[in-house]
Amino acid sequence: MKLLVCISKTPDTTSKIAFTNGNSEFDTSGISYIMNPYDEWYALVRAIELKEANGGSVTVINVGPASNDQTIRKALAIGADDAIRVNAEPKSAMYVAKQIAEQAKAGGYDIVFTGKETIDYNGSEIGAMVAEYLDQPFISYGVSLEAAGGNATVKRDIEGGIETVELATPFVVSAAKGMAEQRIPNMRGIMMAKRKPLNVVEPVAAKDPSVTVSFDLPPAKTGVKLVDPENMGELVRLLKEEAKII
Amino acid sequence: MVLVYAESPGGQLKKAAFEAVYYGKKTAEVLGTECVALTLGNADNAGQLGQYGASKVYNIGGLDNFDSQQFTKAIAEAANQLGATTIIVSHTSSGKSLCGRLAVRMDAGSVAGANGLPTNNGSFKVTKGVFSGKAIATYEINTPNKVISLMGNSLKPEVIGSDVAVESLGIDVGASTLKTSQSKESGGMVPLPEAELVVSAGRGLKGPENWGMVEDLAEVLGATTACSRPVADTGWRPHHEHVGQTGVAIRPNLYIAIAISGAIQHLAGVNQSKVIVVINKDPEAPFFKAADYGVVGDAFEVVPKLVEAFKASA
Ligand SMILES: Cc1cc2nc3c(=O)[nH]c(=O)nc-3n(C[C@H](O)[C@H](O)[C@H](O)COP(=O)(O)OP(=O)(O)OC[C@H]3O[C@@H](n4cnc5c(N)ncnc54)[C@H](O)[C@@H]3O)c2cc1C
Ligand SMILES: Nc1ncnc2c1ncn2[C@@H]1O[C@H](COP(=O)(O)O)[C@@H](O)[C@H]1O
Repeated sequence: MKLLVCISKTPDTTSKIAFTNGNSEFDTSGISYIMNPYDEWYALVRAIELKEANGGSVTVINVGPASNDQTIRKALAIGADDAIRVNAEPKSAMYVAKQIAEQAKAGGYDIVFTGKETIDYNGSEIGAMVAEYLDQPFISYGVSLEAAGGNATVKRDIEGGIETVELATPFVVSAAKGMAEQRIPNMRGIMMAKRKPLNVVEPVAAKDPSVTVSFDLPPAKTGVKLVDPENMGELVRLLKEEAKII
Repeated sequence: MVLVYAESPGGQLKKAAFEAVYYGKKTAEVLGTECVALTLGNADNAGQLGQYGASKVYNIGGLDNFDSQQFTKAIAEAANQLGATTIIVSHTSSGKSLCGRLAVRMDAGSVAGANGLPTNNGSFKVTKGVFSGKAIATYEINTPNKVISLMGNSLKPEVIGSDVAVESLGIDVGASTLKTSQSKESGGMVPLPEAELVVSAGRGLKGPENWGMVEDLAEVLGATTACSRPVADTGWRPHHEHVGQTGVAIRPNLYIAIAISGAIQHLAGVNQSKVIVVINKDPEAPFFKAADYGVVGDAFEVVPKLVEAFKASA
């Protein structure tokens, strides 16, 4: 089974979010980066498990500058076999998806995995875009995935329930919580990762049809109004009359 | 023309569809054009979409099981036939897989999860929440075709028109290659992503046997129950109740957080709630900084009292 996992680099979940340059750019000073949790914990680990069960290979792909190599090496340490980095600064979802689709076409993968979304721009678009470029089915928010012999069963989250989808490879899937359990790379994995191939390729021409132009921080809360724990009638009154929420 | 895909899971139009059509109508006003709605497969009372601003409602039959590949072809072909250049879908479990696909198919710029109406002063701009609700980004779309998926609960749909006739479109996208089936798991409650009132509890409740009062509170309010991540991870509550950065992101009108510390990853999934009430025995709990109303006290005493107070006021 030939598997491709799309990985991205995002600010650590505890990052303080601020902007510079007249609120037009994300302030990266003091930010430490991690592999996007959905990509690392669920997509990558499930792909590795499928390879362990069925044989084949797991390739990871990232569209980004050389400073992303550290994140890519981590994916190799967790258990991917090789990596592709498309050497470009990602500016829009469409641009990234186009690059991934080009590599995916050339490689002929059975399943392409993405995370359900990145925790910075929360797009949840790239998997769908890659699937459309490849003209393949796309299953979003997969919470479990079984695959063998060209057939797969994916369960995905829908409002108030679970949808089970049976389909044939090739397809694209985005991974959410439940698809696998996080794996911590061990020493052997970290050593081996250094020798695994990380192929850097140049981008193909692609457009940025929608881009961020400015950012705002949400209005700060004006401060909590404390209510006496003995007087829950007052809390009910506030919710009804002041907040007018119930 | 603005074309809104009004989704009808299980043959039923839901809140997300009415919100999308109302948003589509307002977007059409911004662009100085008209708004039409499209339903795929069964959609009871589709003519009702006229009430929220659709001047016409179209239907393509036979598409009763969701398949993003087929649905994308159907919506794009309808847009092509009708001459629509701006497409609106809902940012739901299905809409999320349509937005990006449609963008590629229609060579369009897209914004997934928009939270406000677009502006069109020289350039077309739309806002959405980013960094898990910690900031709002303005996106500019610079292509003639545009695709937007609308985050739930972003605006309140109003009745501004009346029922219209439903016209069927003869578009054939072939048979789906997927076999799908569905199972429910949220009991009788409104599913979390759609819930307007949510009651949530954390590790401070010490064990699953103590959730009775949380369920009582949810019941008097007609709210949906949720929980923090450790509570779902230890199996005290089902996984689909886990809210936060790695769980479900919600934006209800009211979020009541009981014995949850308010870690940044938890806040990331709930900080877009309109009103937050925090009940915690520790006055230093970080959650109080993100709260509108707070009760410093023992949940085991406060929550039953709150249930009584709601009952008394009903
Ligand atoms: C990458 C990453 C992603 C994460 N994603 C999520 C996520 O999506 N969602 C999430 O929730 N967490 C997430 N977490 C975990 C998060 O950091 C916190 O550990 C978690 O939210 C804490 O849960 P809690 O508030 O229920 O428990 P605790 O932090 O243990 O807090 C319990 C609270 O209960 C209070 N308390 C105790 N007894 C009582 C009582 N009798 N009455 C009233 N109050 C009482 C305490 O004062 C305390 O504030 C993530 C962590 C990481 C690293
Ligand atoms: N720069 C990138 N390189 C490779 N994959 C990416 C990149 N950005 C996002 N992805 C993948 O696309 C998924 C969804 O991203 P998004 O649509 O931006 O929310 C992520 O979980 C990753 O799997």
